[in-house]
Amino acid sequence: MNTEDAGAAAGADGVFDAAFFRDWIDRAAAAVEARRDDLTRLDAEIGDGDHGTNLSRGFAAVQRALDSAHPETPATVLVLTGTTLISKVGGAAGPLYGTAFRRAGQSLPDAPAVGLGALADGLEAALAGVRGLGAATEGDKTMVDALAPAVAALRRAAADGLGPVQALRAMADAAGAGALDTVPMRARKGRASYLGERSIGHQDPGAASAALILGALSEAAAAAPDQAAQR
Amino acid sequence: MSGGGPDGSVPGPVGLVLVSHSAQLARGAAELAGQLAGEQVRVEAAGGADGGGLGTSIEAIERAVAAADRGSGVVLLADLGSAVLTIRLLLEDGAAAGAGGRAVLADAPFVEGAVAAAVAAASGADLAAVVAEAESARTFRKVP
Repeated sequence: MNTEDAGAAAGADGVFDAAFFRDWIDRAAAAVEARRDDLTRLDAEIGDGDHGTNLSRGFAAVQRALDSAHPETPATVLVLTGTTLISKVGGAAGPLYGTAFRRAGQSLPDAPAVGLGALADGLEAALAGVRGLGAATEGDKTMVDALAPAVAALRRAAADGLGPVQALRAMADAAGAGALDTVPMRARKGRASYLGERSIGHQDPGAASAALILGALSEAAAAAPDQAAQR
Repeated sequence: MSGGGPDGSVPGPVGLVLVSHSAQLARGAAELAGQLAGEQVRVEAAGGADGGGLGTSIEAIERAVAAADRGSGVVLLADLGSAVLTIRLLLEDGAAAGAGGRAVLADAPFVEGAVAAAVAAASGADLAAVVAEAESARTFRKVP
């Protein structure tokens, strides 16, 4: 990784620093905690009923890990987040979200702040990691059904010249819509796939939590002081 | 890799690691497979989440891989969901250093695959052959 180039790029459009990513994680942890019982209920309907509890515990562990290690770049915040989720979440969400955050972090430049393009690349890498590990594609009724349209919407928004706040809001909206789109799907991956037809009519809990986590990213951007002028 | 044991000794048979959401299921399968594997093959169970309950612990799997390795590699078997994903993640990351990178997830049914792998490992089969035996267990017929 070329640190000097990355640093120069960050100077040009590096609006997202380590504190921003930490704020994202805190908001994601709060959102998951607030919706913990809803996520667990969704999972009880078509899975093993531990998604909300597992994820809530995992993000709490991530917050403790970030508190003690205090990573100073966006990349290291995300990598530590992923590594902690892998070791602390005992369900499928652990390896999947862990891979997502780690791949995102590994794709970011080693810089104190990154721009919207790098963030979009990071989310693309996260999606690729989840696809690779879970071998899920769109329509399988998994978190990919929220992540894939979200990444596509972010790319479109950035190409259309939207600022970070609007672009990330478009991303979060697409994730939420993608999660709702899983309701009529028949699960082809994960525990729900054992239910076959009976998985139809329920929202996928992984897609629901992915929409929450990306919603938290959009909220963090809207709340960031540097972003106020660009809204 | 040199092919020698972790301490430089002559390598022993391929080891097995059985990963289930349930600690009891992993232990039970290890008991069953271990009986067929004899004393030379190390059969390790890695079941349940950290701190108990149903789930998967990546640390427990890493420890089990290290414990099962006698220098000829380790075959892992998984039941479903996060057990499969966690093993794949571990192997992709190359973090299974305990087996010097010679750890393989068999695409096999959990119990039948474990039994078939145990018998093959006890016969001195190499890593690829033990994996193949485990994977062939998916075609075992119970009703002719």
